[in-house]
Amino acid sequence: MKALKIIVLAKQVPDTRNVGKDAMKADGTVNRAALPAIFNPEDLNALEQALSIKDRVPGTTITILTMGPGRAAEIIREGMYRGADNGFLITDRRFAGSDTLATSYAISQAVKKIGQFDLIIAGRQAIDGDTAQVGPQAAEKLGINQVTYAEEILDINDKKITIKRRLERGIEIVAAAYPLLITVHSSAAPCRARNAKLLMKFKHARTASETQNATEDYIQMQSQRPYLNIEEWSVEDINADINWLGLTGSPTKVKAIENVVLQAKESKVLNESDFDIESLMKELIVNHTIG
Amino acid sequence: MKNILVYCEIEDGSIIDVSLELLSKGKKLASDLQCQLEAVVIGSNLGGIEKQAFPYGVETLYLADHSKLYPFTTLPHASIVCKLIQEQNHQVVLFGATSVGRDLAPRVASFLKCGLTADCTSLVIGDYTEKGKEYKNLLYQIRPAFGGNIIATIVNPEMHPQMATVREGVMKKEIFSNTHVGKIQTLDVQQYVKEEDFVIQIIERHIEKSKINIKGAQIIVAGGYGVGSKENFKLLFDLAEVLGGEVGGSRAAVDAGYIVHERQIGQTGITVRPKLYIACGISGAVQHRAGMDQSSMIISINTDSKAPINQIADYAIIGDIATIVPKMIKYYKQNSK
Repeated sequence: MKALKIIVLAKQVPDTRNVGKDAMKADGTVNRAALPAIFNPEDLNALEQALSIKDRVPGTTITILTMGPGRAAEIIREGMYRGADNGFLITDRRFAGSDTLATSYAISQAVKKIGQFDLIIAGRQAIDGDTAQVGPQAAEKLGINQVTYAEEILDINDKKITIKRRLERGIEIVAAAYPLLITVHSSAAPCRARNAKLLMKFKHARTASETQNATEDYIQMQSQRPYLNIEEWSVEDINADINWLGLTGSPTKVKAIENVVLQAKESKVLNESDFDIESLMKELIVNHTIG
Repeated sequence: MKNILVYCEIEDGSIIDVSLELLSKGKKLASDLQCQLEAVVIGSNLGGIEKQAFPYGVETLYLADHSKLYPFTTLPHASIVCKLIQEQNHQVVLFGATSVGRDLAPRVASFLKCGLTADCTSLVIGDYTEKGKEYKNLLYQIRPAFGGNIIATIVNPEMHPQMATVREGVMKKEIFSNTHVGKIQTLDVQQYVKEEDFVIQIIERHIEKSKINIKGAQIIVAGGYGVGSKENFKLLFDLAEVLGGEVGGSRAAVDAGYIVHERQIGQTGITVRPKLYIACGISGAVQHRAGMDQSSMIISINTDSKAPINQIADYAIIGDIATIVPKMIKYYKQNSK
């Protein structure tokens, strides 16, 4: 079958899953700045699905597209170490404050600039926003169909792609035509590890901003190896209307944020002894908590 | 009048629980906003479905009935909901935060260019001021973010409708009146959906009927990563059986394969409010607490006295589950009638 062009949407996020003692401030709130920045977990599942298609369909190319601050280039490199071919970083101060509608607008403009594609594969949701909205909203703006909660790509041919979806209490197998946007669930296969050869090849890949203070040697190396250039796009590069970006382009506004503070309760501490356990059970029976 | 619309999801010919919970909440919001509660059901063989919706106080029920509309696929449902909202100009639209709702709602919001807040844990009506402009009677969409470490209040002042998705178990299901009857408006599907929207082919579907009702259980014995193995969970099942309760698990226990996903309690699982919650070997990460911290009484069994769960527990038993749980069973049997 013909080779496919796949765009993987990825996001660099703070690691909110394991908020350890170091990231907790004295007042019981999370110190967001102390959390390490990682490749959003479900986007890694998405990348693995793209890579598994590349394994099966020779000639397939995978492009990582991410929107974020300059350092988000790190996840494009990470994607390339695992098998992606290239990447685009859309970065601009004017994207700041974007909700999912504004973000999906920027992403869809960038996709239009990238050009022809067969599949867009994204993680279902990011671990900071947890909305699962950007994927479907980008699909709507691009006028393409979507299949969400994908767990596995069962079959792929020139006409259609067959996908197993993981729903709340079971599975569903669907077939869809191209072009298609797929969002991948964490129940899908984990992403393969970095490949040593690819790591060697791409470890010097940089965006234009990152090479601003580069040495002569580096600049020469980059001109000889164009694959080391990570494209960096601004608002103008993607022909975006600033009225649909940032706070202005976001219908939803944050009115207030409250930190979740662990509210300690007066708890009675017991031990394993027969005395303590029997007393507890008697008390629970007496106050009718249990039978 | 700008009304409230609830998208009611169907499974096996019935409106699912989360949609009924949203109808209950929608009815209260409609009362606060002095407008009406409306609902839309899209599926196949919908005859009689109004009997399930009207008791929750629905004034107008829109029905789109066609064999290709069930099971759910994105484009046809999105097309119907979008056109309906454009015609009727609702001020608030609510969806369950299910695999259907989280697939459909963002698609609708993108088309209508309106605001959508996912996984709301609370919805209230209030005012908002921005740049000197005052907005009255907006929907405050309150939800956890940042992995559950913060609670954000989101508002959508200008680009209406205000849309939100809500997870099952967050709102309470309440019948408005068993004798309430509203009006049915049948939508001509061909006017709302293009033939080419029916483009996804559903090849197979295996949905299991829920055998477990954890949401309704008054006593829950839940296990976390600290339980250690699938075999060790048997102790929890024994305790639950003796007390007449159900067994649940934290996400870590589910991910480790100790217990099935259907029993997962927490931000990405079920929300429960039992009379008694016994947490065994659960550390009490915020994502788990979000699903059970409204339990009337919480007992924690943990070898770590510093586990966060101990701070929200009424009783914190410091020790080994393998020692404590059998004793609980023994002393319960000895002392109960």
